Amino acid sequence: MAAVRVEAVLAAAEEQEAEKRRSITVEKELELEFDLGNLLALDRNPPPAAAALRGAGPRREALLRALARDNTQLLVSRLWELPAERAGGAGGPLVARLPEPTFRLPREKPPPRPRPPTRWEQFARLKGIRRRRKTSLVWDEQAKEWRRRWGYRRAGGDPARAWLAEVPAGADPEEDQFARLRREKRERVARNELNRLRNLARAHRAGRAVPAAPLHPTGHQDREELRRVARVARVSTASLGRFQPRLPKEPAEPPSRSGGKKRRFEPLLGNLAAERSRQLELLRDMGSKKPVLDITRAVNKQMRQEEAEAAAHKGKKQSQRGKRGRRQQRPGRSGKKSGARRQQQQQKPAGGGTGGR
Amino acid sequence: LICCYRKPKTKRAKRFLEKREPKLNENTKNAMLIRGGNANLTVTAVLKDIYAVKKPFAVLYKKKNITRPFEDQTSLEFFSKKSDCSLFLFGSHNKKRPNNLIIGRMFDYHVLDMIELGVEKFVSLKDVKNSKCPEGTKPMLIFAGDMFDVNEEYRRLKSLLIDFFRGPTVPSIRLAGLEYVLHFTAVDGKIYMRSYKVLLKKSGCKIPRIELEEMGPSLDLVMRRTHLASDDLYKLSLKQPKALKPKKKKNISHDVFGTTYGRIHMQKQDLSKLQTRKMKGLKKRPAEKLAEDGGTTPKKSKSA
Repeated sequence: MAAVRVEAVLAAAEEQEAEKRRSITVEKELELEFDLGNLLALDRNPPPAAAALRGAGPRREALLRALARDNTQLLVSRLWELPAERAGGAGGPLVARLPEPTFRLPREKPPPRPRPPTRWEQFARLKGIRRRRKTSLVWDEQAKEWRRRWGYRRAGGDPARAWLAEVPAGADPEEDQFARLRREKRERVARNELNRLRNLARAHRAGRAVPAAPLHPTGHQDREELRRVARVARVSTASLGRFQPRLPKEPAEPPSRSGGKKRRFEPLLGNLAAERSRQLELLRDMGSKKPVLDITRAVNKQMRQEEAEAAAHKGKKQSQRGKRGRRQQRPGRSGKKSGARRQQQQQKPAGGGTGGR
Repeated sequence: LICCYRKPKTKRAKRFLEKREPKLNENTKNAMLIRGGNANLTVTAVLKDIYAVKKPFAVLYKKKNITRPFEDQTSLEFFSKKSDCSLFLFGSHNKKRPNNLIIGRMFDYHVLDMIELGVEKFVSLKDVKNSKCPEGTKPMLIFAGDMFDVNEEYRRLKSLLIDFFRGPTVPSIRLAGLEYVLHFTAVDGKIYMRSYKVLLKKSGCKIPRIELEEMGPSLDLVMRRTHLASDDLYKLSLKQPKALKPKKKKNISHDVFGTTYGRIHMQKQDLSKLQTRKMKGLKKRPAEKLAEDGGTTPKKSKSA
């Protein structure tokens, strides 16, 4: 008796559970595809009979709404199964953590390209110079308070209102010092601007050397690049561009740089004046005392190369060791350079400034 | 390039430019809604409703712009560059193509894909007298119908619509705030777009039962012309930089049953000095220890 009753009770409980679950279960032929990161559901099942949908308004709307309800139920069930927590303490709203979106959508803009290092950055890497974090406020002794390093109310007073300009030892006493300071500032600003533009041009050139985005007009290309790309496109046929018709404004003969030959020779009886000047120049170079090979430059280049190798080697070792890099100056380095300089000075006493190179 | 050599002179200008430059994790895409030369009331109403749906991430141009996107794309690209929008919806009307909508997206300020749709029936937000959901709600998107997978043009349209209505990408979402759903059905050459407000009703268990209430714009669309990007350009636009790929954790593996295994790499151990259980009987006698140490006495004598 008891056993029967227990079975009946269990069966009744299961019935109740199934009843509850029925309200949220949906029967579908094919499973839906979900992308919860985008709150997206894709239903591959063929839609309900086209005839039914072609019919009158309200019936179609009802059918569409039923379909939408089923799909939304499935999507919401999946979303409620995600790990959820109460945001903002115990009383806050229930918040589910969404996974990363999986549906691949095209980007808005191409991914950023890393810009090549500037001349200073290359030098700093070579020498192992690190950036020092400067404090934004500096103690001003005169005003006895913390002031900005530069800008409005800077420490050290406004440079435009400086009323005293010392004449440095060895300068012309008639010279206007204020004018000199202004001129030097202008020159510094101009030099900085020039270097910045040079770095930009170098980055632009380096970026262009990679034909990674092949043959698509981006609107940021200039004439030279487009010409080069057009030339590449014309030559990329099976017969290497021999039978390609030309565009209306394209030049007839392709101005090839070498004319198909690797070495170029001047014609025998051509420009007599040019030939004469060339021969005279050759004789002049042969007879002059100044060597054609600039030894200073060559030695500096060699030293730079060695330093670069040493820095690269040390850099590898350092990254293995940790962040605490070299802080002290190595005495050996300056020894090398001064040694070279002393050597050069012995060779060319009248050579003038050698270290300036 | 002017943008390169002219530096911004104020911090505000610098922030403005930084917002627009290409980034690893991109901003949410903005949409521009443009009226064509002869846009009629229907098309204007459609644009207004879609602007309401996409509110903070859309720009609605009030004036009419006399252009033809399929013939000349330069004016669209100019607008996109000025307002930093990569999605657009252009509405126009003429005898040959009544109630025309051109939906499209840009890559690097150039047109990537454009699909022309005709609006056959339109029910606006104002016509449906029900309660609406708050502005800026992230909608749930559902696509029904096998056409969206079989046909290449429909597949691109699906991708375009997801891109358009997706909204910002969020790490977590409030479960009670799932109020808005956009349902697209592709049947018989037509695409039915319906928007519903979601009501969560009590069911016996944790997961609520869904009831839908019609709300918001509903459109019956027909596909007309398309201008899809070539395969390699599309692939180029899909490319994600490597830095965004999730870093794989090494030395961790899973087996079929869900157990996680880890690998630890240890140095070589000297097994003779291994510490095992203490057994009193095996303890070294003082005499043996002495012999090992090489004659030094444990007690050192104090030297004077």
